[in-house]
Amino acid sequence: MRVLRAGALSLRWEPRAAVVCGVLAAAAIGAAVLVVGSGEFPISPPDVVRAVLGQGDRATGFIVTALRLPRAVTGLLAGLALGLSGAIFQSISRNPLGSPDLIGFTTGSATGALLQILVFGGGAAAITAGSVAGAVLTALAVYLVAYRRGGGVHGVRLVLIGVAAAAMLEALNSYLITRADLREAYEAAFWLTGSLNGRDWDQAVPLALALAVLLPAALLLARPLGMGELGDDAAQALGVPVQRTRALFIAAGVGLAAAATAAAGPVPFVALAAPQLARRLTRRPGPQLLPAALTGAALLACGDLISLHLPVAVPVGVVTGVLGGVYLAWLLSTTGRKGTT
Amino acid sequence: MPPPRPPARGGRGSHRLRLALLAAALLATVVGSLAIGAGHVPLGRVLSGVFSPDGGSRAELIVHELRLPRTLLGIAVGMALGLAGAVMQALTRNPLAEPGLLGVNGGAALAVVLVIAATRADDVLVCVWAAFAGAAGAAALVYLIGARGRGGAAPARLVLAGAAVNAVSSALTAGVMLLTPHTFGGFRFWQVGSLGGREMPVLLRVLPFIAAGTVLALLLARPLNALGMGDDAGRALGSRPGRTRVLGAAAVVLLCGSATAAAGPIAFLGLAVPFIVRTAVGPDQRLVLPYSLLLAPVLLLGADIIGRVSAPGELETGIVTAFLGAPLFAVMVRRGRTRDL
Repeated sequence: MRVLRAGALSLRWEPRAAVVCGVLAAAAIGAAVLVVGSGEFPISPPDVVRAVLGQGDRATGFIVTALRLPRAVTGLLAGLALGLSGAIFQSISRNPLGSPDLIGFTTGSATGALLQILVFGGGAAAITAGSVAGAVLTALAVYLVAYRRGGGVHGVRLVLIGVAAAAMLEALNSYLITRADLREAYEAAFWLTGSLNGRDWDQAVPLALALAVLLPAALLLARPLGMGELGDDAAQALGVPVQRTRALFIAAGVGLAAAATAAAGPVPFVALAAPQLARRLTRRPGPQLLPAALTGAALLACGDLISLHLPVAVPVGVVTGVLGGVYLAWLLSTTGRKGTT
Repeated sequence: MPPPRPPARGGRGSHRLRLALLAAALLATVVGSLAIGAGHVPLGRVLSGVFSPDGGSRAELIVHELRLPRTLLGIAVGMALGLAGAVMQALTRNPLAEPGLLGVNGGAALAVVLVIAATRADDVLVCVWAAFAGAAGAAALVYLIGARGRGGAAPARLVLAGAAVNAVSSALTAGVMLLTPHTFGGFRFWQVGSLGGREMPVLLRVLPFIAAGTVLALLLARPLNALGMGDDAGRALGSRPGRTRVLGAAAVVLLCGSATAAAGPIAFLGLAVPFIVRTAVGPDQRLVLPYSLLLAPVLLLGADIIGRVSAPGELETGIVTAFLGAPLFAVMVRRGRTRDL
């Protein structure tokens, strides 16, 4: 780590983290370009770039910007949001398992969407609204139950309550699926796996807006978040308003997870794996928010690329689950340090 | 030198009395489970239905053919899940550990889906063996991944390895299910977890494994106590952490594998029961294990009875356990004994 100083201003400059971020961003964008190029009418990467910049021929331009680009952009943005949300929650709970998948927010989001799909029979917009409402209500309930006067919200307690909420909502989800008509249940199960099929700008734009607000906000506030990992008392002693920081970050993390789930369904494992991978790639302690977000984007874009080139049509959630799981298993078996988990 | 003895709360006599009370509660639940249900059966007929079903009356038939197997299965599955949860949480030193977390349920589900997809039959007996193999395979894989690298199978690494294996198997399960819609039709019911609709042969198949797992787990109480002090302290006191982990993992696989095979994934019991017990009696495994063994079937049968009477078409046991277990668990977390382990 180096520190750049100019008078009273100083900036921490971490060469390794910067290089890692650059490589991850390049990988994510490269994979997204290839995603846009894949399909029944293959388009070469240079043509894709030209079409995105508005310089290609009209037919290619239409296929790229109207049909395929929304999918690739939704994938990139959902990956960013999931990676960032995972990093936030893992840092708050000081537990590698405290990702939004495990503590109920993604499950609640799925419950909201399932209710729309199976009970109210709503369309795409209703499903989006349902999934956001589900995540926010779940988070609110978890936060309120975990809140204790005087002590505020403690990380471990938040995770444990979240796990309880997740178990309950999962039971509700399976109940809904067993009671539904087979075809509708199948559609719901497809959505539950996490998929980017048929996404258009209606899904990508709200997600982009959410990220435009929450990503810079989270990055600006990253330092108090990192100090929170030292423990509540130590952070308080360093002048961090622990409870306020935590509440703000929980709100941001829920917003990100909800927006991503609304757009792409509960894509598994990105939020769990991305922060872990980012921590190992940058070899830095503390929440690596930007690297984690970029890892998430790269993971989801690569997963989508692979799902498009498989001989059988599976949604991206199947690929990210297998890919992320195998990679995490490989990391676990090659690196032996206890402290890094 | 004998392994250490953490101080127990209350004397030996008071524990004997409390265990006897718990056993009486179990007996009462068993009677309730035989007597309560959709078809009315007078109490006098319940006994004759259990012991001499030659009367041929409809009431005796219901008791002997439907409720008796269901109740016996509930006892066996409840004991297995409660004990497995306790052992798992002691092994990983993580109060969040549960069959779902260490990949056992995921492996079982994947195997069941593969078998249904390949044979186009949802024969319960075939599912039993498939689920058992899947559970054992997943647990072995989790242990192998967690134990590689330096430092052996440290708790956090095991849980992370479980998350990895779980992600891969649930992604593959979703993939297989979405590619073969007929699998989805059968699997969505298995996935909820229920004691109903299983016949005596299912119980008889898994009973030897549950019995072996129970004996093994109960014998491990002292070594698990030593493990709870940390690897180094345990080793210094003459225990062998590596051997305890292998035997403990074997017990968990036997218990969870057979329970999940027989009843499907039952949510929350393995997580909640040991937690409740530790809150009541403290961390001494010589008390935690027998209390868990008796408390879990009381709760499982109680949940099953509630499911039978609460909805017109019956609620599956797995759904009721989640909805009862989760709020209870949340209350205990709020009371603040999250650091008992």
